[in-house]
Amino acid sequence: MKPTPFGYVKAASLPQALDLLARHGEEAQILAGGQSLIPTLNMRLSAPRLLIDISGLADLSGIAVAGDILRIGALTRHAEVEKSELVARHAPLIAAAMPHVAHPAIRNRGTFGGSLALADPAAELPACCLALAATMIVQAPSGSRRIAARDFFKGLFETALEAGEVLTAIEIPIAVPGQVFAFEELARRHGDYAIVGIAATARKAADGTLSDIRLAYLNLESRPVLAGKAAAALAGTTGDAAAVTAAQDALAGEASPHADLNATPETRLHLARVLLGRAVARLIA
Amino acid sequence: MTESLPLNLPIDLTVNGERISATVPARQHLIDFLRETLSLTGSHIGCEHGVCGACSIRVNGAVVRGCLTLAVQCDGASVDTIEGLSDSGAIADLQSAFHERNALQCGFCTPGMLATGYDIVRRLPDADEARIRRELSGNICRCTGYHAIVDAIETVAAKRGAGA
Amino acid sequence: MSLSILDRPNSYIGRTVPRPNAKKLVQGRGTYVDDIKLPRMVHVAFVRSPYAHARILAIRSDAAQAAPGVVRIVTGAEMAAVCTPWVGVLGHMKGLKSAPQYALAVDRACWQGEAVVAVVAHSRAEAEDAAQLVEIDWEELFVVADMETALDPETPVIHPELGDNLAFRRELDVGDVEKGFAAADAIVEETYITGRHTGVCLEARSILADYQPADEQLVVYHSTQAPHMMQTIFAKHLDLPETNVRVICKDVGGAFGIKVHTYPDEMATVALAKMLRRPVKFIADRMESFVTDIHARDHRVKARMAVSKEGRILAIEADDRTGIGPYSVYPRTSAIEANQVVNLIGGPYTNQNYRCTANVVFQNKNVMCQYRAVGHPIACAVTEGLVDKAARAIGMDPAEFRRRNLIADDAYPYKAPTGMVYEGLSHHKSLDKLLELMQYDRLRAEQAALREKGIHRGIGLAAFIEVTNPSAMFYGVGGARISAQDGCTIRLDPTGVITVSIGVTEQGQGTEAIMAQIAASSVGVPMDKVRLITGDTEVTPYGGGTWASRGAGIGGEATLQAGRALRENILSVAGTMLQAAPQTLDIRAGIIVDADTGAERMKLEELGRVAYFRPDTLPRDCQPELMVTRHYVQKDYAFVFTNGLQASYLEVDTETGFVTLLDHWVVEDCGTIINPQLVDEQIRGGVVQGLGGALFEECLYSADGQMLNANMADYLVPMASEMPDIAIAHVVTPTQTSELGAKGVGEAGTAGAPAAVMNAINDALSPFGASVAAQPFTPERVLRALGKIR
Repeated sequence: MKPTPFGYVKAASLPQALDLLARHGEEAQILAGGQSLIPTLNMRLSAPRLLIDISGLADLSGIAVAGDILRIGALTRHAEVEKSELVARHAPLIAAAMPHVAHPAIRNRGTFGGSLALADPAAELPACCLALAATMIVQAPSGSRRIAARDFFKGLFETALEAGEVLTAIEIPIAVPGQVFAFEELARRHGDYAIVGIAATARKAADGTLSDIRLAYLNLESRPVLAGKAAAALAGTTGDAAAVTAAQDALAGEASPHADLNATPETRLHLARVLLGRAVARLIA
Repeated sequence: MTESLPLNLPIDLTVNGERISATVPARQHLIDFLRETLSLTGSHIGCEHGVCGACSIRVNGAVVRGCLTLAVQCDGASVDTIEGLSDSGAIADLQSAFHERNALQCGFCTPGMLATGYDIVRRLPDADEARIRRELSGNICRCTGYHAIVDAIETVAAKRGAGA
Repeated sequence: MSLSILDRPNSYIGRTVPRPNAKKLVQGRGTYVDDIKLPRMVHVAFVRSPYAHARILAIRSDAAQAAPGVVRIVTGAEMAAVCTPWVGVLGHMKGLKSAPQYALAVDRACWQGEAVVAVVAHSRAEAEDAAQLVEIDWEELFVVADMETALDPETPVIHPELGDNLAFRRELDVGDVEKGFAAADAIVEETYITGRHTGVCLEARSILADYQPADEQLVVYHSTQAPHMMQTIFAKHLDLPETNVRVICKDVGGAFGIKVHTYPDEMATVALAKMLRRPVKFIADRMESFVTDIHARDHRVKARMAVSKEGRILAIEADDRTGIGPYSVYPRTSAIEANQVVNLIGGPYTNQNYRCTANVVFQNKNVMCQYRAVGHPIACAVTEGLVDKAARAIGMDPAEFRRRNLIADDAYPYKAPTGMVYEGLSHHKSLDKLLELMQYDRLRAEQAALREKGIHRGIGLAAFIEVTNPSAMFYGVGGARISAQDGCTIRLDPTGVITVSIGVTEQGQGTEAIMAQIAASSVGVPMDKVRLITGDTEVTPYGGGTWASRGAGIGGEATLQAGRALRENILSVAGTMLQAAPQTLDIRAGIIVDADTGAERMKLEELGRVAYFRPDTLPRDCQPELMVTRHYVQKDYAFVFTNGLQASYLEVDTETGFVTLLDHWVVEDCGTIINPQLVDEQIRGGVVQGLGGALFEECLYSADGQMLNANMADYLVPMASEMPDIAIAHVVTPTQTSELGAKGVGEAGTAGAPAAVMNAINDALSPFGASVAAQPFTPERVLRALGKIR
């Protein structure tokens, strides 16, 4: 199918983009990499009157480290994140997740910020940002604001972004000594959206004790979620079998898995428990 | 809303090394532009929702999904289609390997496979079979079962690696 | 001259030769229908039913008619005046019934996706814009979705004039089934489910119709497998003389049986060209492909098998149920797959006590019809699943169990309980070869060692038979104008090139390459002196096209005989010119030579020059006939069966239910092998289509008849990453029905792969006492079998 007719403006500056967004309201859509938006246009699932193409805004692209923060511009393409030395060194969790994000041709155009702003529950990067306690930098005509990842993902394809706002950058605390990471997902085919996945991080002491544990699940629920009780069950342990079982049981108590064509809630929970065990094994390895 | 939105826009781009100026509907994706306006029919439409990879094409040197790229976004871009890659000889070794190994049957996925294969042999000259299979995971071939395609790409990657 | 083509000097038979027509395809320079543009061409998009079953109360198209670029909007009633309806029945499928089907729904729609209104505009995008503006008032009707309850008395009847929802029933009861079960040491039973699949040709269905009103000529560019069949159908239903209809089929982007049927939207497109007197193009969008391309499989087979403790199969009983949508598809009908299931269950084995019932029912889902390996993977999964279960029940190795039951290699011709006669199969040689190829004993040892470490791998075997080279028994005897014969014309051009035109078509299998190989070998010219013409009803001999693995076996033999006749004609002229007895001469590598010494006597182009431009120099009674046509039909058997075995080696993650394919082997006997590479690649492609059904593919429907995964992201076809390398070996038992000896090979891969995978999964799960029998074998189904989830 072909999209419905729409207008197109290539924004020359962020203020111009914000201005257009303000003037056209819900009839306008921001076009970044387009790898999720254009399929919905082609399938006539969405029919905006105007696309505001921000892909030319160089300020919104790039990866840099300032102090203990890794800053990824919202328009940075997945392929660039994937091959970034800075990301590999300072956010190894994201580097581990990157090969699971769709396919190379998609990663060549899709953007880091686009994936977060879309908030597909099955996407890898929202869960990673949740696990890493990232901060979203958001710009509105009235000014900018910062939103913690745990406040950003509100529901199915729903974020804390308000009408007229644009996600401009993501700030991620850089990895510290002793911090360990694990990314695991179960997809029917490589590059597909996963049935369920986990992005995990923890601090591992010299004696193997785990602390500062964050377990973020993708596609377990209709938005990426932190499994706080499961993490608590692991805290202070070495991730031994009893601790893993306790964490898995805690997960069962706190999760509200959703259903789709690939799995019932029960299957999802079962797989999430399995992935919890595998993620911990990786964390303590 | 009073202002009129531009539904058609002028673009200037380079296609297979040739400068092109055209006015395109904003909603037209790159493959329709290449096929309908430029009659470059080697780029195929298999799904138009970014899954099958039949429309894989090079834009500014990177493989992208042509159906997930609007023509209007390609203003100023350099686009290489299968026709251009054939005529320049850039993928002659891959084409000949595909032909020799019968790494194609109906040929519909082939231009996209070659675009992806070209990317693999350039970017990952040491890729083993498993890696090649993963890299190809965004391109559907319904005829061959992939074995021959993987063989052909592996052969060319090895030859190119040895020659480098 | 008495040499067979198989051992002629410089024969290309049995040699891997790259396909000459693949060169353009690797440059993206093929010609698929959508690549063709004609002057004044317009595009059609269809408004389709959003409901599985609903009455059309009113259609309002004023706003659509006024939309930019719109040329014409046509409803079902208007269409019915131009294009007559059809009924998909065959005389020899006794009791098969169906209702008239129209190009556009007239009063009601019977499945979600049925075309209702045609919108013609200057571009596809404009046609889609206007289609969105067409308003239809619907009255939703009852939906028959579940095939299991379709025949229940309380279920409403979709076509009241037919009396019930039963399209077709076949019952077969041969030998003494009761006695077999009474004598059994063990009885195994299971319900096998094969999901609803579709073909997903990467090139969607495509058609471009051009009607010239002045001389009533219709030219249809069509992505099809059967140009002459479509010529007949277009002519009949659009009230045109058949000779005025020309079907041209250039490159086809995959077909697999999908493109050999009558599709309402394609009929409507051709009718629109006639109505509008201008070219009309329809290229199916991927999403409409999923709800309108024929679906297939969707069989539930309850089956059981009786065995003795010595490992002999004593009886097989099966009950098959399938739902085919609201209509039997025209003209091949939708009863064939169930019929094949009945014909193929138990096929490789000696058991003669067999009972099978198949019920084919109507329902409000997309239509089902013939797709690659019709019925084979279903019957094979049932048979091989029971065989493994039986072997396990009596504690026998599954390979040994098969050895005790496969029909002996010297037992042919062999009459199966179904009445089918097998001409010559090689099950035992094939089994020996497979076990050697896969190193069966080593693999079993590896499996056992890994099991100790908690790694659960499985080995699955599957024997199969395959229907190829069909006679007129398939369709012709039932009254369908579908040709079982095929023809080939070969012309010697003055340049020494031979031009070969043939009725079988190319969809990527390599038809043109193997016909060129056969023609080159039969005449005696090099491959680069052969030009092929296929896919044009106006210029090729009349033929059936390419389906049911008939291209090589039927078209190939016609080509061989045409080539032989042309060679004789050439040598007759050469004999006159050279004053030699024709039988002392031969044609080798494009040169007329002395047959004994191989010494060059004359180049073919010299003969061509004289024959065409200086016939005055030839004797008065020498009239060169340098263009020859021969036809061939296989009349000896209903089908020429082939056989083979497949094996799968895989690992099951018992925590997640994920299956990882590690290795796959095939041993196949397709008779004479014309081009080893093309045969192997046919098998590999077929295997992967079978693996798709086993692990991924299924058209999912809601209880109210809505297809839930009608897009490429949700209907999972196999991708490179999850597929294994596939090792192939052959046993060669040429068919005696033709000089060429070639049988088909297109179905073999798809036929056996799902059963091999199922058996391998169940082998891996056997320590847990778990098993699966419902395809696709999703992680969820494996977990359920393991008791990890409910």
